Amino acid sequence: MELKSVSRRSFLVGSGATMVGVMLGSHGLLNVVQAAQDSTNGDTFSPVAWVVISPDNKTLIYSPASEMGQGTMTSIPAILAEDMELDWSTVSIEKSPSNAKLFGNPRFGGGLVTGSSRTVVGYYEVMRLAGLQAKLALINVAAKAWSVPANEVVAENSVLRHAASKRQMTYGEAAAQAGDSVQVPAVDKNMLKPMSEFRIIGKNQPRVDVPAKSSGKADFGIDAKVPGMVWAAVMRTPVQGEKPEKVDDTKAKAVKGVQKVVTLPYGVAVVADTFATAKKARDLLQVTWSETSKTRSYDSDVALQEFVARAEKVGEAGDVWHKEGDVAAELKGAARTLSATFTSQHVAQCTMEPMNCMAMVNGDKITFWVPSQSASIVTGTAAAVGGFKPENIQVNITYLGGGYGRRVEADYAADAVFLAKAMPGIPVHVLWTREDDFLRSRPRPLTAQHIVAGLDDKGNIVGWHQRVISEGIYARFNPKAYKASGNKDAPVMEGADTIYAIPGQLFEHGLEQRGLDVSFWRGVGAGYTKFAIEAFIDEVAGQTSQDPLALRLALTKDQPRAQKVLEEVAAMAEWKKPRPEGRALGLAFSDTWTSFVAMVVEVSMNEGKPVVHHIWAAVDCGHAVSPRNIASQIEGSALFGLSALLDEKLVYKGGQAQQTNFHQYNLLRANQTPLVDVKVIPTDNAPGGIGEAGLPPVAPAVANAVAKLTGKRVRTLPFPKEI
Amino acid sequence: MVNFSLNGKSVSADVADDTPLLWVLREQFDLTGTKFGCGMAQCGACTVHIDGQPMRSCVMPVSAVKDKVVTTIEGFMETEQGKAIEQAWVEAQVAQCGYCQSGQIMSAAGVIKNAKGPLTREEVLDGMSGNLCRCGTYNQIASAVVNAQKALS
Repeated sequence: MELKSVSRRSFLVGSGATMVGVMLGSHGLLNVVQAAQDSTNGDTFSPVAWVVISPDNKTLIYSPASEMGQGTMTSIPAILAEDMELDWSTVSIEKSPSNAKLFGNPRFGGGLVTGSSRTVVGYYEVMRLAGLQAKLALINVAAKAWSVPANEVVAENSVLRHAASKRQMTYGEAAAQAGDSVQVPAVDKNMLKPMSEFRIIGKNQPRVDVPAKSSGKADFGIDAKVPGMVWAAVMRTPVQGEKPEKVDDTKAKAVKGVQKVVTLPYGVAVVADTFATAKKARDLLQVTWSETSKTRSYDSDVALQEFVARAEKVGEAGDVWHKEGDVAAELKGAARTLSATFTSQHVAQCTMEPMNCMAMVNGDKITFWVPSQSASIVTGTAAAVGGFKPENIQVNITYLGGGYGRRVEADYAADAVFLAKAMPGIPVHVLWTREDDFLRSRPRPLTAQHIVAGLDDKGNIVGWHQRVISEGIYARFNPKAYKASGNKDAPVMEGADTIYAIPGQLFEHGLEQRGLDVSFWRGVGAGYTKFAIEAFIDEVAGQTSQDPLALRLALTKDQPRAQKVLEEVAAMAEWKKPRPEGRALGLAFSDTWTSFVAMVVEVSMNEGKPVVHHIWAAVDCGHAVSPRNIASQIEGSALFGLSALLDEKLVYKGGQAQQTNFHQYNLLRANQTPLVDVKVIPTDNAPGGIGEAGLPPVAPAVANAVAKLTGKRVRTLPFPKEI
Repeated sequence: MVNFSLNGKSVSADVADDTPLLWVLREQFDLTGTKFGCGMAQCGACTVHIDGQPMRSCVMPVSAVKDKVVTTIEGFMETEQGKAIEQAWVEAQVAQCGYCQSGQIMSAAGVIKNAKGPLTREEVLDGMSGNLCRCGTYNQIASAVVNAQKALS
């Protein structure tokens, strides 16, 4: 895919053809690069790389992130439109090309990565500055045309006006006459307008992807098709790390329509004219696998017991993730200490669209069509696995049928690289079955956590020591960055800190390396770290006879944003109001991704399992770009967390996943869905992350309600089969 | 060779009789609105209408639809009911990743068709419990179905 602006204005090629863009420096820092724009074609105008303005006053905005349901395809352009003073009804949106130099996320070092709730967070300032810069360039066009000072020209709703002379022109008219001498001024964040002047941010822009997704017309990766395409299915090693040693493909090759059988380092692929044929033939392969992988010794139930034992060795030093004050001294001086151990099992991402990728090799070039969270990581995979030079790799990102962290990985792209290389000139589309997806889930880490809290004689928490034992994610995925950071495994330890006023805090990670690849999941670490923190806060409240809400308000007395969401959710749920017999409320709070979320759930018990009837959440994520979408994300991520706590568990025996499809791995269904009310409270702060923010508080809130109903403290994810 | 009606036209599928209908629709007829999710009738992403009733196409051999009337989301969207449901889906901004929504809409059509009276949220959620949505759009689906039924009555 080429930039429309590039192809129509040729401004990256040809003499004197340069561009103006918001680009990213080598350290991912914002660097507004200014240059004159090309004059070879006066039709459209691209004052910044993100926008193309047509003479008919239509504006195309490129949206950089992978759209996987989080809505940033719409919200990122809305941010730019705000400061560009665009008429939103004139805006159309396209996924940006995978050009990291132009469109990379500063919060990922300038890479094209969508994840960790960092899209709005990372692009917010870039988009606002780009919008402002584009607006000022257009003002300069009008000022020049009218021979008036630029500061007398006002831009509003895609129209430029000069009040004194009563003249006006649309952005489109300005675009048509923007010559090569247009001045594109430097901008900085002090020039941005205040929140009180927002017209688009804070409104509910309808999502641009919703109509096609409401009529079956949206194309996902699995729907990508180019002439001559063939399909592939891969038989993978049952245990990660093994190799095919002997392959009998006689029966597979006898299936009509099979084109090729390709042996991969980790499996055997069948390429055929249709996927139905490829899968049928794949299932007929007879493969003998090696039996040397370290992963064979991995048994998740056994590992969990060993992790628990290690977590409870409080004297063992871990890798420090977060530290405040002197926890050892605080615990030593405490009037009493409390401790508890929490565990979480592996869980699978279960994107509804199974992993897939299409690739085609032509000479030394490769082109991808792929539903991935990261064009940069697909590029890196093609370079590492296929030996392609980065400049010869083109990545087209389609809609993603769910991501939840799984599509940050690029193992499906590796399949496609091997197969496309084996069949040069032919587009090969590899598709995983659901069973393949479970077999290679790369699940959320198995964890054991031990917390020791020290209380003074008034019951105040003075020390908090939390140890998390788990396999690493960054330690495997990006070992260099992991080591450089001083063994900080960010996704594993996400949420293992708190804004609570506790003088001594220590959060540590004890790295395990058992040979099973674990990976990103919705919310990753915060799903279990906040579970432990927030469930244990309620245990402290119980031990010190405090109301859980009052305790949290006391712990956040210097945190007005936290106080506000706690008070708001208490009002929404009528926290103090008695519930009917058999029902109880539970509360939890999360400060992860610099968004403040307080959540209350109403729960009853049925045959030893919690039934959640209602979820209330109050959210302060700063500037709230699209409140309705934010509420949907909070609700969706809360239901994701609810699904996990109720019944999700991926068990490994002998290194092999024991659950193979949805009949053995239970996801939340429609008839288990509680009512959900979310209140978004915009504040004048930089945006926080939202795509995952509803997940961390849900499990502890339910556990805290269950404790009220049963007197039992749940400390495991998922919850026990019978409480 | 299996003959059936597909979105109002008589068609012949020239594939092995045991080929799942899902793949015939997607690969021979290029009707990619119907999605592959699990391959064992657990998630509902592949739901189509057979003789007007929602069915899972991923486990149905194409031979089973011989002489039957098959409607996919593409065909259903041409109907008055389809258009009403689509509009309700857009108004409720149901979709997130959107991958399961074709199947949700095809199942919703069945829930509305088989309803004995005005649908409640709970009735819709019960009726839709065969269709998984990993993004958690069930509440929005429920309100869209209730609204679509009102619009159609």
